[in-house]
Amino acid sequence: MNRYQLIKLAKRVGLYALIAVVVVYAVFPFYYAVITSLKPSSELFRVDFWLSSLDFGNYVQIFTQKSFVRAIVNSVVVSLSVVAIALLLGITASYALGRVRFRGRTTVMLTILGVSMFPQVAVLSGLFEVIRTLNLYNNPGGLILSYTIFTLPFTVWVLTTFMRQLPQELEEAAIMDGATPWVTITKVFLPLMWPAMATTGLLAFIAAWNEFLFALTFTLSDDQRTVPVAIALISGGSQHELPWGPIMAASVTVTVPLVVLVMIFQRRIVSGLTAGAVKG
Amino acid sequence: MASVTLKKLNKVFGHTHIIKDVDLQVGDGEFVVFVGPSGCGKSTLLRLIAGLESISAGELCIAGEVVNDLPPRERGVGMVFQSYALYPHMTVYENMAFGLKLAKTARETIEERVMATARILQLEELLHRKPKALSGGQRQRVAMGRAMAREPRILLFDEPLSNLDASLRVQMRNEIARLHHRLGSTMVYVTHDQVEAMTLADKIVVLRDGRIEQVGSPQTLYQQPSTKFVAGFIGSPTMNFMPAELVSSGNDGCKVKAPGLGELALPQDAGGEAPGGALTLGVRPEHLRLAEARGDNAFEIVNVEYLGNEVYVYLEPKAGDTLLIHRSEAPSRWALGQRVALVPDLAHVHLFDAHDRALGVAKRSRAA
Repeated sequence: MNRYQLIKLAKRVGLYALIAVVVVYAVFPFYYAVITSLKPSSELFRVDFWLSSLDFGNYVQIFTQKSFVRAIVNSVVVSLSVVAIALLLGITASYALGRVRFRGRTTVMLTILGVSMFPQVAVLSGLFEVIRTLNLYNNPGGLILSYTIFTLPFTVWVLTTFMRQLPQELEEAAIMDGATPWVTITKVFLPLMWPAMATTGLLAFIAAWNEFLFALTFTLSDDQRTVPVAIALISGGSQHELPWGPIMAASVTVTVPLVVLVMIFQRRIVSGLTAGAVKG
Repeated sequence: MASVTLKKLNKVFGHTHIIKDVDLQVGDGEFVVFVGPSGCGKSTLLRLIAGLESISAGELCIAGEVVNDLPPRERGVGMVFQSYALYPHMTVYENMAFGLKLAKTARETIEERVMATARILQLEELLHRKPKALSGGQRQRVAMGRAMAREPRILLFDEPLSNLDASLRVQMRNEIARLHHRLGSTMVYVTHDQVEAMTLADKIVVLRDGRIEQVGSPQTLYQQPSTKFVAGFIGSPTMNFMPAELVSSGNDGCKVKAPGLGELALPQDAGGEAPGGALTLGVRPEHLRLAEARGDNAFEIVNVEYLGNEVYVYLEPKAGDTLLIHRSEAPSRWALGQRVALVPDLAHVHLFDAHDRALGVAKRSRAA
């Protein structure tokens, strides 16, 4: 083997070593959560990198808890509502921002972007007042409202860039055919915007599904909670015991739907995200 | 079918005045072509008729009715776009039926009209395909079908052939012409290609900087251009222009002197010009004859283009840097580097004044 071949080999080995490091770094926490969730509580604190036996006790335990099942239902309702509202408002707003020429359009766009940069804590107390005034405290409606506020800027921004790329003549053809703006949006643009809708919808779903701070602040009773809060509030037999097994089982349970969704939509996400930047 | 009347039509975008006081009458069933260089306002004028742009001032009438404030769907116009702008997610049938569906037409009527349109455009086999499965020419036909299916009173075309390759363009040009003969509907067509304008139009409208330069039949525009701009724009290869000087004028014509051509007696009436005034001589390539050079009135042949049926001979001009062109039937006995004399056909020479306006033929001369 000569020098060049050696260098080539070393580069290859180096590349794969780097990939391995990245993969382990990214996947290990999740992997360890899965392992932990499948252990009986007696073996919990023995450090094990491989699974020696399968024990679904933790899963049985959380799914027999009524409040956890209820929390999943709440999460699904809240997240789907947020996605639906954000996409509906996002599409209509992006038509206005991307297609209608009016004074102050750029200002509106920048304001929208600016709003999305506020940290959640900064608006927490103000939002709390709003939600109490609207009588939405301890109600999924309050969560839907607050999540939508934080999801909309991104949704509007991405959909607007996407909408701008659709050819002008397409809209004019629809106008010549006698279409109103609403018909143009729903019958002509919407079918062409699925990649962007899938991307933004999925990201909105993930954000709403995983949100913790608002969910903790704006809900009070067990039957109104969403999954992240429910998991955090899973308690053991005594004050001194943290039930890691059930917590891990619950975490894995709520992560799997997201992973599946991303797998399904991954191609569209990529095309949707790059569509804003390069050519669609 | 309907006539279109434009009265002092104006369009202003911000600070730019795009269309300036355009008056035009498009007759019922006429094929009118707007032609001009890019930025002359021809597309804007079409979009004003379509209703895609608002009219700043003036009046637009369709079939005698003022339609300034009517939306496109109520004007009864159909439009074919340059990029076709077909709905990519709909089949050919759905593309053509879309406008009818929006107009809440009965299902049977929609089917009847779409099928009839498809038959005219030979799209019957393609009705269930999506636009991406069609060739350029087929997409073009679908775009026309979509505009026609609603049976508009006026069909508008915005440079519909510029996305096609050369041979397909000739073919589609033919199809559009035959379509017009068959339907007899009023059509307004925008192009920057003067060949398209010449071959399709009943009436050509030459636009320049938002104003109408000349309106007329292809023959009129070719034989009697009213300005130097029209003379140079219509015809390919373009008309030769040479500076000239007025020697004398009488009531049966005038005499001008041009470098390299000597003194020429022309039938034009130059009564309004002072002797010694600067004029421009315009001669079409086919109205120039080449002869053996005599004395110093010689032009050098710098290029010869052989096109099979005809030959273009390019000559070094005496003034300016635009080459003079002579056109004749092939074969040609002239060769590169030869020095020749130019003999213009005096009956077909155009004369333009200092403001580039064409001078008319003198009365006496016309009678003779």
